[in-house]
Amino acid sequence: MIEHNLLEPDMITEDGDFVINIGPQHPSTHGVLHLKVWLDGETVKKVEPHLGYIHRSIEKMCESLSYRQYIFSTSRMDYLSAHINNQACALAVEMGLGVEVPDRAKVIRTILAELTRLASHALWWGCMGLDLGAVTPFFYAFREREFINDIMEETCGARLTQNFIVPGGLMADIHPNFVPKTKELIKMFRANIDEYNQLLTGNVIFQQRTQNVGFLSKEAAISYGTSGPVARASGVSCDVRKHYPYDAYDRVQFKEILGTTGDSWERYVIRIDEMRESLSIIEQLIDNIPEGDIVAKTKQVIKLPKGEFYSRVETARGELGVLLVSDGGSTPYRVKFRSPNFSNLSALGHIAKGSKIGDLVAMMATLDLVIPDVDR
Amino acid sequence: MNAEELKQEILAFHPSVVFDEGGQFVNANIDAADVLTLLTELRNRPAFDFDYMFCLTCVDYKTHFTMFYHLRSLTHRHEMVVKAKIADVNAPAVDTVSHIWRTADFMEREVYDLFGVKFFRHPDLRRIFLDENWPGYPLRKNYEDPNMIEL
Repeated sequence: MIEHNLLEPDMITEDGDFVINIGPQHPSTHGVLHLKVWLDGETVKKVEPHLGYIHRSIEKMCESLSYRQYIFSTSRMDYLSAHINNQACALAVEMGLGVEVPDRAKVIRTILAELTRLASHALWWGCMGLDLGAVTPFFYAFREREFINDIMEETCGARLTQNFIVPGGLMADIHPNFVPKTKELIKMFRANIDEYNQLLTGNVIFQQRTQNVGFLSKEAAISYGTSGPVARASGVSCDVRKHYPYDAYDRVQFKEILGTTGDSWERYVIRIDEMRESLSIIEQLIDNIPEGDIVAKTKQVIKLPKGEFYSRVETARGELGVLLVSDGGSTPYRVKFRSPNFSNLSALGHIAKGSKIGDLVAMMATLDLVIPDVDR
Repeated sequence: MNAEELKQEILAFHPSVVFDEGGQFVNANIDAADVLTLLTELRNRPAFDFDYMFCLTCVDYKTHFTMFYHLRSLTHRHEMVVKAKIADVNAPAVDTVSHIWRTADFMEREVYDLFGVKFFRHPDLRRIFLDENWPGYPLRKNYEDPNMIEL
Protein backbone atom coordinates (compact mmCIF):
# COMPACT_ATOMS: atom_id res chain seq x y z
CA MET A 1 0.00 0.00 0.00
CA ILE A 2 1.43 3.36 -1.01
CA GLU A 3 1.03 6.21 1.43
CA HIS A 4 -1.39 8.72 -0.05
CA ASN A 5 0.65 11.74 0.94
CA LEU A 6 3.57 10.55 -1.18
CA LEU A 7 1.52 10.98 -4.33
CA GLU A 8 0.32 14.08 -6.05
CA PRO A 9 -3.20 14.88 -4.85
CA ASP A 10 -4.97 14.40 -8.19
CA MET A 11 -3.45 10.98 -8.80
CA ILE A 12 -6.03 9.36 -6.52
CA THR A 13 -9.68 10.24 -6.87
CA GLU A 14 -12.22 10.32 -4.04
CA ASP A 15 -13.35 6.79 -4.94
CA GLY A 16 -9.81 5.53 -4.53
CA ASP A 17 -9.17 5.18 -8.27
CA PHE A 18 -5.62 5.57 -9.41
CA VAL A 19 -5.24 8.05 -12.28
CA ILE A 20 -2.30 7.70 -14.64
CA ASN A 21 -1.30 9.56 -17.76
CA ILE A 22 -0.08 7.66 -20.82
CA GLY A 23 1.69 9.96 -23.21
CA PRO A 24 1.84 12.50 -24.82
CA GLN A 25 5.37 11.16 -25.27
CA HIS A 26 4.94 7.42 -25.14
CA PRO A 27 6.12 4.95 -27.78
CA SER A 28 2.88 2.98 -27.84
CA THR A 29 0.69 5.96 -28.68
CA HIS A 30 2.46 6.35 -32.06
CA GLY A 31 2.57 10.09 -31.82
CA VAL A 32 1.52 12.72 -29.35
CA LEU A 33 -1.67 11.29 -27.92
CA HIS A 34 -2.37 11.76 -24.24
CA LEU A 35 -4.58 9.24 -22.48
CA LYS A 36 -5.81 9.79 -18.97
CA VAL A 37 -6.64 6.41 -17.47
CA TRP A 38 -8.64 5.74 -14.29
CA LEU A 39 -7.61 2.45 -12.71
CA ASP A 40 -9.05 0.24 -10.04
CA GLY A 41 -6.06 -1.98 -9.31
CA GLU A 42 -5.14 -3.14 -12.81
CA THR A 43 -8.62 -2.76 -14.24
CA VAL A 44 -9.34 0.17 -16.50
CA LYS A 45 -12.42 2.07 -15.34
CA LYS A 46 -12.32 4.98 -17.73
CA VAL A 47 -10.12 6.26 -20.56
CA GLU A 48 -10.17 9.88 -21.61
CA PRO A 49 -8.16 10.87 -24.70
CA HIS A 50 -6.72 14.38 -24.65
CA LEU A 51 -6.10 15.60 -28.18
CA GLY A 52 -4.70 18.59 -29.93
CA TYR A 53 -0.96 18.37 -29.35
CA ILE A 54 -0.35 18.68 -33.09
CA HIS A 55 -3.51 20.46 -34.13
CA ARG A 56 -2.53 22.60 -37.13
CA SER A 57 -6.02 23.63 -38.21
CA ILE A 58 -5.57 22.30 -41.72
CA GLU A 59 -9.24 23.04 -42.38
CA LYS A 60 -8.68 26.75 -41.76
CA MET A 61 -5.53 26.76 -43.88
CA CYS A 62 -7.41 25.16 -46.77
CA GLU A 63 -9.83 28.09 -46.83
CA SER A 64 -7.03 30.30 -48.14
CA LEU A 65 -5.55 27.79 -50.59
CA SER A 66 -6.68 27.25 -54.17
CA TYR A 67 -8.30 23.99 -55.27
CA ARG A 68 -4.98 22.85 -56.75
CA GLN A 69 -3.04 23.63 -53.59
CA TYR A 70 -5.31 22.35 -50.86
CA ILE A 71 -4.87 18.76 -52.02
CA PHE A 72 -1.26 18.71 -50.87
CA SER A 73 -1.88 19.95 -47.34
CA THR A 74 -3.71 16.69 -46.68
CA SER A 75 -0.59 14.57 -47.16
CA ARG A 76 0.32 15.71 -43.67
CA MET A 77 -2.86 14.38 -42.10
CA ASP A 78 -2.70 10.62 -42.34
CA TYR A 79 0.93 10.50 -43.46
CA LEU A 80 0.77 6.72 -44.00
CA SER A 81 -2.08 7.08 -46.50
CA ALA A 82 -0.87 10.32 -48.06
CA HIS A 83 -1.69 9.27 -51.60
CA ILE A 84 -5.22 8.18 -50.66
CA ASN A 85 -5.87 11.48 -48.87
CA ASN A 86 -4.87 13.36 -52.02
CA GLN A 87 -7.19 11.13 -54.00
CA ALA A 88 -10.17 12.05 -51.79
CA CYS A 89 -9.51 15.77 -52.24
CA ALA A 90 -9.07 15.46 -55.99
CA LEU A 91 -12.29 13.44 -56.27
CA ALA A 92 -14.22 16.21 -54.53
CA VAL A 93 -12.89 18.84 -56.95
CA GLU A 94 -13.55 16.59 -59.95
CA MET A 95 -17.10 16.02 -58.71
CA GLY A 96 -17.66 19.77 -58.53
CA LEU A 97 -16.18 20.39 -61.95
CA GLY A 98 -17.84 17.36 -63.52
CA VAL A 99 -14.67 16.28 -65.32
CA GLU A 100 -14.10 12.69 -66.35
CA VAL A 101 -10.66 11.42 -65.32
CA PRO A 102 -8.86 9.51 -68.11
CA ASP A 103 -8.82 5.73 -67.71
CA ARG A 104 -5.06 5.55 -67.47
CA ALA A 105 -5.00 7.97 -64.55
CA LYS A 106 -7.80 6.09 -62.80
CA VAL A 107 -5.95 2.78 -62.96
CA ILE A 108 -2.59 4.22 -61.89
CA ARG A 109 -4.22 6.05 -58.99
CA THR A 110 -5.82 2.82 -57.84
CA ILE A 111 -2.58 0.84 -58.03
CA LEU A 112 -0.74 3.53 -56.10
CA ALA A 113 -3.52 3.64 -53.52
CA GLU A 114 -3.26 -0.10 -52.96
CA LEU A 115 0.54 0.13 -52.71
CA THR A 116 0.04 2.83 -50.08
CA ARG A 117 -2.36 0.57 -48.20
CA LEU A 118 0.18 -2.26 -48.29
CA ALA A 119 2.96 -0.02 -46.99
CA SER A 120 0.69 1.28 -44.25
CA HIS A 121 -0.43 -2.18 -43.16
CA ALA A 122 3.17 -3.41 -43.23
CA LEU A 123 4.21 -0.60 -40.88
CA TRP A 124 1.21 -1.32 -38.66
CA TRP A 125 2.16 -4.99 -38.49
CA GLY A 126 5.71 -4.18 -37.46
CA CYS A 127 4.57 -1.72 -34.81
CA MET A 128 1.95 -4.15 -33.56
CA GLY A 129 4.74 -6.58 -32.70
CA LEU A 130 6.83 -3.80 -31.22
CA ASP A 131 3.97 -2.69 -28.97
CA LEU A 132 3.66 -6.19 -27.58
CA GLY A 133 7.40 -6.55 -27.05
CA ALA A 134 8.47 -8.39 -30.21
CA VAL A 135 11.20 -6.41 -31.96
CA THR A 136 11.97 -8.71 -34.89
CA PRO A 137 8.72 -8.15 -36.90
CA PHE A 138 9.58 -4.49 -37.23
CA PHE A 139 12.65 -5.24 -39.34
CA TYR A 140 10.80 -7.75 -41.51
CA ALA A 141 7.98 -5.29 -42.16
CA PHE A 142 10.37 -2.54 -43.13
CA ARG A 143 11.91 -4.74 -45.80
CA GLU A 144 8.67 -4.64 -47.84
CA ARG A 145 7.92 -1.08 -46.88
CA GLU A 146 11.27 0.13 -48.17
CA PHE A 147 10.64 -1.64 -51.46
CA ILE A 148 7.26 0.11 -51.84
CA ASN A 149 8.78 3.45 -50.86
CA ASP A 150 11.42 2.98 -53.55
CA ILE A 151 8.72 2.37 -56.17
CA MET A 152 6.94 5.50 -54.95
CA GLU A 153 10.13 7.54 -55.06
CA GLU A 154 10.85 6.59 -58.67
CA THR A 155 7.38 7.43 -59.89
CA CYS A 156 6.15 10.19 -57.58
CA GLY A 157 9.43 11.74 -56.53
CA ALA A 158 8.75 11.34 -52.83
CA ARG A 159 8.68 8.40 -50.49
CA LEU A 160 5.99 9.36 -48.00
CA THR A 161 4.13 12.52 -49.01
CA GLN A 162 3.63 11.58 -52.64
CA ASN A 163 1.63 14.63 -53.82
CA PHE A 164 1.21 12.94 -57.19
CA ILE A 165 -2.45 13.75 -57.83
CA VAL A 166 -3.82 16.89 -59.44
CA PRO A 167 -7.50 17.64 -60.12
CA GLY A 168 -8.38 15.67 -63.25
CA GLY A 169 -5.64 13.05 -63.10
CA LEU A 170 -1.97 12.73 -62.32
CA MET A 171 0.96 15.09 -62.28
CA ALA A 172 3.21 12.91 -64.44
CA ASP A 173 3.34 9.52 -66.09
CA ILE A 174 4.73 6.44 -64.36
CA HIS A 175 8.42 5.56 -64.40
CA PRO A 176 9.44 2.76 -66.85
CA ASN A 177 10.51 0.64 -63.86
CA PHE A 178 7.11 0.92 -62.20
CA VAL A 179 5.43 -2.11 -63.77
CA PRO A 180 8.31 -4.63 -63.47
CA LYS A 181 9.12 -3.54 -59.93
CA THR A 182 5.50 -3.76 -58.80
CA LYS A 183 5.28 -7.27 -60.23
CA GLU A 184 8.41 -8.20 -58.33
CA LEU A 185 6.85 -6.76 -55.17
CA ILE A 186 3.67 -8.81 -55.54
CA LYS A 187 5.69 -12.01 -55.76
CA MET A 188 7.88 -11.08 -52.81
CA PHE A 189 5.03 -9.79 -50.62
CA ARG A 190 2.90 -12.93 -51.14
CA ALA A 191 5.69 -15.14 -49.88
CA ASN A 192 6.46 -12.82 -47.01
CA ILE A 193 2.91 -12.74 -45.62
CA ASP A 194 3.43 -16.42 -44.84
CA GLU A 195 6.56 -15.39 -43.01
CA TYR A 196 4.53 -12.80 -41.08
CA ASN A 197 2.19 -15.57 -40.01
CA GLN A 198 5.06 -17.74 -38.83
CA LEU A 199 6.62 -14.90 -36.89
CA LEU A 200 3.67 -13.30 -35.16
CA THR A 201 0.27 -14.73 -36.07
CA GLY A 202 1.16 -18.25 -34.99
CA ASN A 203 2.90 -17.14 -31.82
CA VAL A 204 1.03 -18.46 -28.78
CA ILE A 205 1.98 -15.56 -26.52
CA PHE A 206 0.79 -13.10 -29.15
CA GLN A 207 -2.49 -14.96 -29.56
CA GLN A 208 -3.16 -15.06 -25.84
CA ARG A 209 -2.56 -11.34 -25.52
CA THR A 210 -4.96 -10.42 -28.31
CA GLN A 211 -7.70 -13.04 -28.28
CA ASN A 212 -10.80 -12.35 -26.18
CA VAL A 213 -9.75 -8.82 -25.22
CA GLY A 214 -10.91 -5.47 -26.51
CA PHE A 215 -14.37 -6.39 -27.70
CA LEU A 216 -16.29 -3.94 -29.85
CA SER A 217 -19.83 -5.08 -30.58
CA LYS A 218 -21.48 -4.46 -33.92
CA GLU A 219 -23.99 -1.99 -32.44
CA ALA A 220 -21.25 -0.02 -30.70
CA ALA A 221 -19.08 -0.03 -33.84
CA ILE A 222 -21.96 1.54 -35.80
CA SER A 223 -22.91 4.00 -33.07
CA TYR A 224 -19.34 5.21 -32.64
CA GLY A 225 -19.05 5.74 -36.38
CA THR A 226 -15.98 3.51 -36.73
CA SER A 227 -14.90 2.46 -40.18
CA GLY A 228 -12.24 0.47 -41.95
CA PRO A 229 -10.75 -2.70 -40.48
CA VAL A 230 -11.93 -1.72 -36.98
CA ALA A 231 -15.59 -1.76 -38.01
CA ARG A 232 -15.22 -4.72 -40.35
CA ALA A 233 -13.78 -6.82 -37.51
CA SER A 234 -17.09 -6.27 -35.73
CA GLY A 235 -19.02 -7.41 -38.79
CA VAL A 236 -20.03 -4.01 -40.16
CA SER A 237 -19.93 -4.01 -43.95
CA CYS A 238 -18.54 -0.55 -44.65
CA ASP A 239 -15.85 -0.81 -47.34
CA VAL A 240 -16.13 2.35 -49.43
CA ARG A 241 -14.33 0.62 -52.29
CA LYS A 242 -17.17 -1.90 -52.43
CA HIS A 243 -20.25 0.20 -51.68
CA TYR A 244 -19.34 3.48 -53.36
CA PRO A 245 -16.65 2.55 -55.91
CA TYR A 246 -14.40 5.35 -57.11
CA ASP A 247 -11.61 5.45 -59.71
CA ALA A 248 -10.93 1.89 -60.93
CA TYR A 249 -12.41 -0.13 -58.06
CA ASP A 250 -15.53 -1.01 -60.08
CA ARG A 251 -13.46 -3.04 -62.53
CA VAL A 252 -11.63 -5.30 -60.06
CA GLN A 253 -12.77 -8.32 -58.10
CA PHE A 254 -12.02 -8.43 -54.40
CA LYS A 255 -13.56 -9.68 -51.18
CA GLU A 256 -14.65 -7.42 -48.36
CA ILE A 257 -13.29 -9.26 -45.35
CA LEU A 258 -15.69 -9.28 -42.41
CA GLY A 259 -15.10 -10.53 -38.90
CA THR A 260 -17.58 -11.70 -36.31
CA THR A 261 -16.19 -11.35 -32.80
CA GLY A 262 -14.70 -7.84 -32.91
CA ASP A 263 -11.83 -8.45 -30.50
CA SER A 264 -8.21 -7.36 -30.90
CA TRP A 265 -7.30 -10.62 -32.61
CA GLU A 266 -10.02 -10.22 -35.23
CA ARG A 267 -8.83 -6.71 -36.07
CA TYR A 268 -5.33 -8.11 -36.51
CA VAL A 269 -6.44 -10.96 -38.77
CA ILE A 270 -8.58 -8.64 -40.94
CA ARG A 271 -5.60 -6.45 -41.78
CA ILE A 272 -3.43 -9.45 -42.64
CA ASP A 273 -6.14 -10.74 -44.99
CA GLU A 274 -6.62 -7.28 -46.45
CA MET A 275 -3.01 -7.24 -47.54
CA ARG A 276 -3.69 -10.31 -49.69
CA GLU A 277 -6.74 -8.62 -51.21
CA SER A 278 -4.70 -5.52 -52.00
CA LEU A 279 -2.10 -7.66 -53.72
CA SER A 280 -4.83 -9.29 -55.79
CA ILE A 281 -6.24 -5.87 -56.80
CA ILE A 282 -2.80 -4.70 -57.94
CA GLU A 283 -2.28 -7.96 -59.81
CA GLN A 284 -5.53 -7.50 -61.74
CA LEU A 285 -4.66 -3.96 -62.77
CA ILE A 286 -0.92 -3.96 -63.34
CA ASP A 287 -1.08 -5.72 -66.72
CA ASN A 288 -4.11 -3.72 -67.86
CA ILE A 289 -2.99 -0.11 -67.58
CA PRO A 290 -4.75 1.52 -70.55
CA GLU A 291 -2.86 3.84 -72.89
CA GLY A 292 -3.91 7.45 -73.15
CA ASP A 293 -3.79 10.78 -71.35
CA ILE A 294 -2.86 11.05 -67.69
CA VAL A 295 -4.76 14.21 -66.94
CA ALA A 296 -8.05 15.73 -68.07
CA LYS A 297 -8.07 19.33 -69.28
CA THR A 298 -9.05 21.79 -66.55
CA LYS A 299 -8.87 25.56 -66.39
CA GLN A 300 -5.77 27.19 -64.94
CA VAL A 301 -7.75 28.70 -62.09
CA ILE A 302 -10.34 26.24 -60.88
CA LYS A 303 -13.65 27.63 -59.69
CA LEU A 304 -16.31 25.29 -58.40
CA PRO A 305 -20.03 26.03 -58.73
CA LYS A 306 -21.86 27.06 -55.59
CA GLY A 307 -22.83 24.10 -53.42
CA GLU A 308 -21.54 21.24 -51.31
CA PHE A 309 -19.50 18.31 -52.57
CA TYR A 310 -18.75 15.26 -50.46
CA SER A 311 -16.26 12.67 -51.65
CA ARG A 312 -15.06 9.62 -49.77
CA VAL A 313 -12.35 7.04 -50.09
CA GLU A 314 -11.18 4.03 -48.14
CA THR A 315 -7.81 4.83 -46.58
CA ALA A 316 -5.82 2.19 -44.76
CA ARG A 317 -7.78 3.13 -41.62
CA GLY A 318 -11.29 3.64 -42.90
CA GLU A 319 -13.56 6.12 -44.53
CA LEU A 320 -12.03 9.51 -45.22
CA GLY A 321 -14.63 12.04 -46.27
CA VAL A 322 -13.96 15.47 -47.74
CA LEU A 323 -16.78 17.98 -47.57
CA LEU A 324 -16.17 21.00 -49.79
CA VAL A 325 -18.47 23.96 -49.40
CA SER A 326 -18.04 26.34 -52.31
CA ASP A 327 -19.36 29.86 -52.73
CA GLY A 328 -18.30 30.00 -56.37
CA GLY A 329 -14.87 31.47 -55.71
CA SER A 330 -11.39 30.15 -56.43
CA THR A 331 -10.81 28.96 -52.86
CA PRO A 332 -13.05 26.69 -50.79
CA TYR A 333 -15.47 28.45 -48.45
CA ARG A 334 -15.17 25.64 -45.94
CA VAL A 335 -13.45 22.26 -45.97
CA LYS A 336 -14.27 19.48 -43.55
CA PHE A 337 -12.22 16.31 -43.31
CA ARG A 338 -14.11 13.42 -41.81
CA SER A 339 -11.11 11.52 -40.60
CA PRO A 340 -11.39 7.80 -39.85
CA ASN A 341 -8.98 7.92 -36.91
CA PHE A 342 -11.00 10.53 -35.04
CA SER A 343 -14.08 8.29 -34.96
CA ASN A 344 -12.07 5.14 -34.29
CA LEU A 345 -10.35 6.81 -31.34
CA SER A 346 -13.69 7.85 -29.87
CA ALA A 347 -14.50 4.14 -29.46
CA LEU A 348 -11.33 3.49 -27.41
CA GLY A 349 -12.96 4.43 -24.11
CA HIS A 350 -15.74 1.94 -24.80
CA ILE A 351 -13.37 -0.85 -25.87
CA ALA A 352 -10.96 -0.46 -22.98
CA LYS A 353 -13.53 -0.22 -20.20
CA GLY A 354 -13.23 -3.16 -17.82
CA SER A 355 -10.09 -4.63 -19.34
CA LYS A 356 -6.60 -4.80 -17.87
CA ILE A 357 -4.11 -1.98 -18.27
CA GLY A 358 -1.66 -4.38 -19.95
CA ASP A 359 -4.12 -5.02 -22.77
CA LEU A 360 -4.72 -1.34 -23.41
CA VAL A 361 -1.58 -1.02 -25.51
CA ALA A 362 -2.60 -4.03 -27.59
CA MET A 363 -6.02 -2.49 -28.19
CA MET A 364 -4.51 0.79 -29.29
CA ALA A 365 -2.18 -1.06 -31.64
CA THR A 366 -5.11 -2.82 -33.30
CA LEU A 367 -6.98 0.48 -33.73
CA ASP A 368 -3.97 1.59 -35.82
CA LEU A 369 -4.15 5.25 -34.85
CA VAL A 370 -2.29 7.96 -36.69
CA ILE A 371 -2.36 11.04 -34.49
CA PRO A 372 -1.86 13.81 -37.11
CA ASP A 373 -5.06 12.55 -38.72
CA VAL A 374 -6.93 12.77 -35.41
CA ASP A 375 -5.77 16.29 -34.69
CA ARG A 376 -5.64 17.66 -38.25
CA MET B 1 -35.67 4.03 -50.30
CA ASN B 2 -34.79 6.29 -53.18
CA ALA B 3 -34.55 10.07 -52.93
CA GLU B 4 -38.18 10.81 -53.86
CA GLU B 5 -39.61 8.27 -51.41
CA LEU B 6 -37.40 9.65 -48.64
CA LYS B 7 -38.67 13.17 -49.27
CA GLN B 8 -42.30 12.07 -49.26
CA GLU B 9 -41.94 10.04 -46.07
CA ILE B 10 -40.22 12.89 -44.23
CA LEU B 11 -42.76 15.48 -45.37
CA ALA B 12 -45.57 13.21 -44.17
CA PHE B 13 -44.66 13.66 -40.52
CA HIS B 14 -42.56 16.84 -40.64
CA PRO B 15 -44.15 19.31 -43.08
CA SER B 16 -41.84 22.20 -42.16
CA VAL B 17 -38.81 20.55 -43.80
CA VAL B 18 -37.61 22.24 -46.99
CA PHE B 19 -35.59 20.23 -49.51
CA ASP B 20 -32.80 21.59 -51.70
CA GLU B 21 -33.09 21.13 -55.44
CA GLY B 22 -30.42 18.84 -56.89
CA GLY B 23 -27.26 18.11 -54.97
CA GLN B 24 -25.45 14.90 -54.27
CA PHE B 25 -27.62 13.75 -51.35
CA VAL B 26 -31.17 14.47 -50.20
CA ASN B 27 -30.73 17.77 -48.35
CA ALA B 28 -33.31 18.51 -45.68
CA ASN B 29 -33.30 22.08 -44.33
CA ILE B 30 -34.80 22.68 -40.92
CA ASP B 31 -34.63 25.18 -38.11
CA ALA B 32 -32.19 24.29 -35.34
CA ALA B 33 -34.97 24.28 -32.74
CA ASP B 34 -36.70 21.33 -34.46
CA VAL B 35 -33.67 19.35 -35.46
CA LEU B 36 -33.64 16.96 -32.50
CA THR B 37 -37.20 15.73 -33.14
CA LEU B 38 -36.44 15.17 -36.83
CA LEU B 39 -33.16 13.33 -36.16
CA THR B 40 -34.77 11.16 -33.47
CA GLU B 41 -37.47 10.11 -35.95
CA LEU B 42 -34.88 9.43 -38.65
CA ARG B 43 -32.96 7.16 -36.29
CA ASN B 44 -35.89 5.34 -34.70
CA ARG B 45 -38.38 4.74 -37.54
CA PRO B 46 -37.64 1.32 -39.09
CA ALA B 47 -38.40 2.66 -42.57
CA PHE B 48 -35.51 5.17 -42.27
CA ASP B 49 -33.17 3.50 -39.76
CA PHE B 50 -30.33 6.00 -40.15
CA ASP B 51 -27.97 4.24 -37.77
CA TYR B 52 -24.61 5.57 -38.96
CA MET B 53 -23.63 9.22 -38.69
CA PHE B 54 -20.58 9.60 -40.87
CA CYS B 55 -20.06 13.33 -40.66
CA LEU B 56 -21.16 16.15 -38.40
CA THR B 57 -19.93 19.66 -38.96
CA CYS B 58 -20.81 23.31 -39.00
CA VAL B 59 -20.42 26.09 -41.56
CA ASP B 60 -20.26 29.79 -40.75
CA TYR B 61 -22.25 31.76 -43.35
CA LYS B 62 -21.64 35.07 -41.52
CA THR B 63 -25.41 35.77 -41.25
CA HIS B 64 -26.11 32.39 -39.68
CA PHE B 65 -24.53 29.05 -38.81
CA THR B 66 -25.60 25.79 -40.42
CA MET B 67 -25.09 22.40 -38.79
CA PHE B 68 -24.55 19.55 -41.26
CA TYR B 69 -25.57 16.03 -40.24
CA HIS B 70 -24.55 13.37 -42.78
CA LEU B 71 -26.55 10.21 -42.14
CA ARG B 72 -26.44 6.75 -43.61
CA SER B 73 -28.52 3.65 -43.07
CA LEU B 74 -26.45 0.48 -43.12
CA THR B 75 -29.56 -1.70 -43.42
CA HIS B 76 -31.31 0.18 -46.27
CA ARG B 77 -28.15 1.71 -47.79
CA HIS B 78 -29.64 5.16 -48.25
CA GLU B 79 -28.10 8.45 -47.25
CA MET B 80 -29.20 11.98 -46.55
CA VAL B 81 -28.02 15.29 -45.13
CA VAL B 82 -29.89 17.31 -42.51
CA LYS B 83 -28.98 21.00 -42.42
CA ALA B 84 -30.02 22.89 -39.31
CA LYS B 85 -29.96 26.66 -39.51
CA ILE B 86 -28.89 28.52 -36.37
CA ALA B 87 -29.96 32.15 -36.73
CA ASP B 88 -28.36 33.52 -33.56
CA VAL B 89 -24.72 34.29 -34.49
CA ASN B 90 -23.82 35.77 -31.12
CA ALA B 91 -24.72 32.76 -28.97
CA PRO B 92 -25.25 29.81 -31.33
CA ALA B 93 -26.71 26.72 -29.68
CA VAL B 94 -28.44 23.50 -30.69
CA ASP B 95 -29.55 20.28 -28.98
CA THR B 96 -26.99 17.49 -28.73
CA VAL B 97 -27.48 14.23 -30.60
CA SER B 98 -24.71 12.38 -28.76
CA HIS B 99 -27.29 10.14 -27.03
CA ILE B 100 -28.55 8.99 -30.46
CA TRP B 101 -25.19 8.48 -32.17
CA ARG B 102 -22.28 8.18 -29.77
CA THR B 103 -19.81 9.36 -32.41
CA ALA B 104 -21.48 12.77 -32.13
CA ASP B 105 -19.92 13.18 -28.67
CA PHE B 106 -16.43 13.92 -30.07
CA MET B 107 -17.68 15.61 -33.23
CA GLU B 108 -19.82 18.06 -31.28
CA ARG B 109 -16.92 18.84 -28.99
CA GLU B 110 -14.91 19.65 -32.12
CA VAL B 111 -17.63 22.00 -33.40
CA TYR B 112 -17.86 23.62 -29.96
CA ASP B 113 -14.10 24.08 -29.90
CA LEU B 114 -13.71 25.58 -33.37
CA PHE B 115 -17.07 27.35 -33.91
CA GLY B 116 -18.31 28.06 -30.41
CA VAL B 117 -21.66 26.38 -30.97
CA LYS B 118 -23.08 25.21 -27.65
CA PHE B 119 -24.81 21.84 -27.40
CA PHE B 120 -27.61 21.54 -24.87
CA ARG B 121 -27.41 18.46 -22.61
CA HIS B 122 -24.06 17.32 -24.01
CA PRO B 123 -22.47 15.02 -21.39
CA ASP B 124 -18.97 16.49 -21.52
CA LEU B 125 -18.80 19.77 -23.44
CA ARG B 126 -15.17 20.85 -23.26
CA ARG B 127 -12.75 22.04 -25.93
CA ILE B 128 -11.16 19.07 -27.65
CA PHE B 129 -8.13 20.40 -29.57
CA LEU B 130 -7.37 23.84 -28.21
CA ASP B 131 -6.50 25.08 -24.76
CA GLU B 132 -9.44 25.91 -22.47
CA ASN B 133 -8.29 29.54 -22.36
CA TRP B 134 -7.89 29.98 -26.11
CA PRO B 135 -9.43 33.29 -27.20
CA GLY B 136 -12.09 33.05 -29.89
CA TYR B 137 -13.20 30.26 -32.22
CA PRO B 138 -10.75 29.73 -35.13
CA LEU B 139 -13.06 28.42 -37.85
CA ARG B 140 -15.42 31.37 -37.60
CA LYS B 141 -15.10 33.75 -40.50
CA ASN B 142 -14.59 36.77 -38.25
CA TYR B 143 -11.77 35.15 -36.27
CA GLU B 144 -8.63 37.22 -36.05
CA ASP B 145 -5.33 36.13 -34.65
CA PRO B 146 -2.43 38.54 -34.10
CA ASN B 147 -0.10 35.98 -35.71
CA MET B 148 -2.11 35.66 -38.90
CA ILE B 149 -0.48 37.35 -41.90
CA GLU B 150 -2.50 38.89 -44.71
CA LEU B 151 -1.16 37.71 -48.07
